[in-house]
Amino acid sequence: MKFGRVVGTVVATRKYEDLEGVKFLVVHFLDENQQPTGNFEIAADATEQAGPGELVFMVASREGSQALPEWFVPIDLAITGIVDEVEVETGPRRNEPTAHWYNLDEGD
Amino acid sequence: MYIGKVIGTVVATIKIDHLDKRKLLLVDMLDLKGDETGYYDIAVDVVQAGPGDTVLVIDEGNGARQILDLDPGAIRAVIVGVVDEVSIAA
Repeated sequence: MKFGRVVGTVVATRKYEDLEGVKFLVVHFLDENQQPTGNFEIAADATEQAGPGELVFMVASREGSQALPEWFVPIDLAITGIVDEVEVETGPRRNEPTAHWYNLDEGD
Repeated sequence: MYIGKVIGTVVATIKIDHLDKRKLLLVDMLDLKGDETGYYDIAVDVVQAGPGDTVLVIDEGNGARQILDLDPGAIRAVIVGVVDEVSIAA
């Protein structure tokens, strides 16, 4: 799943019948530091509670279409949660290897 | 599958039922030298991994659904192992 920031809403009156009642939002994709990447997409809101300004996470492709109560509807991106808090590790365990990493060609 | 580093935790109260009671971790994919690539994913943890751990991540829906016993299941990325050692021979 990826982070996104909801930046808008989409309304479509005439649409494929399985999309009836699905809320569509415009989301700006974010990187791991929650900074905008410049890529936008339209996501179906599976939480039914997301709105503009909120930090969310989303699942894409075939898994996205399984997030809604009515599954296998034709969508390829779904909002699956609203983020309360992200805690990023910045200590030594982030900066130092936590597995033995052998590169046999370099003789170590 | 790929090897990643757990770089953080994500907390969400409002989420879909498939993610109920699941621990979500922020993972950064590692390259062959073990350095972070900047490609990240928010993954479900099933092996009690924690921040800083080097982990094995599956990023495929059918495998994820099988592990989590969900059908349908809107989850792709699952942390399935904590890595002790990696040897690159070529």
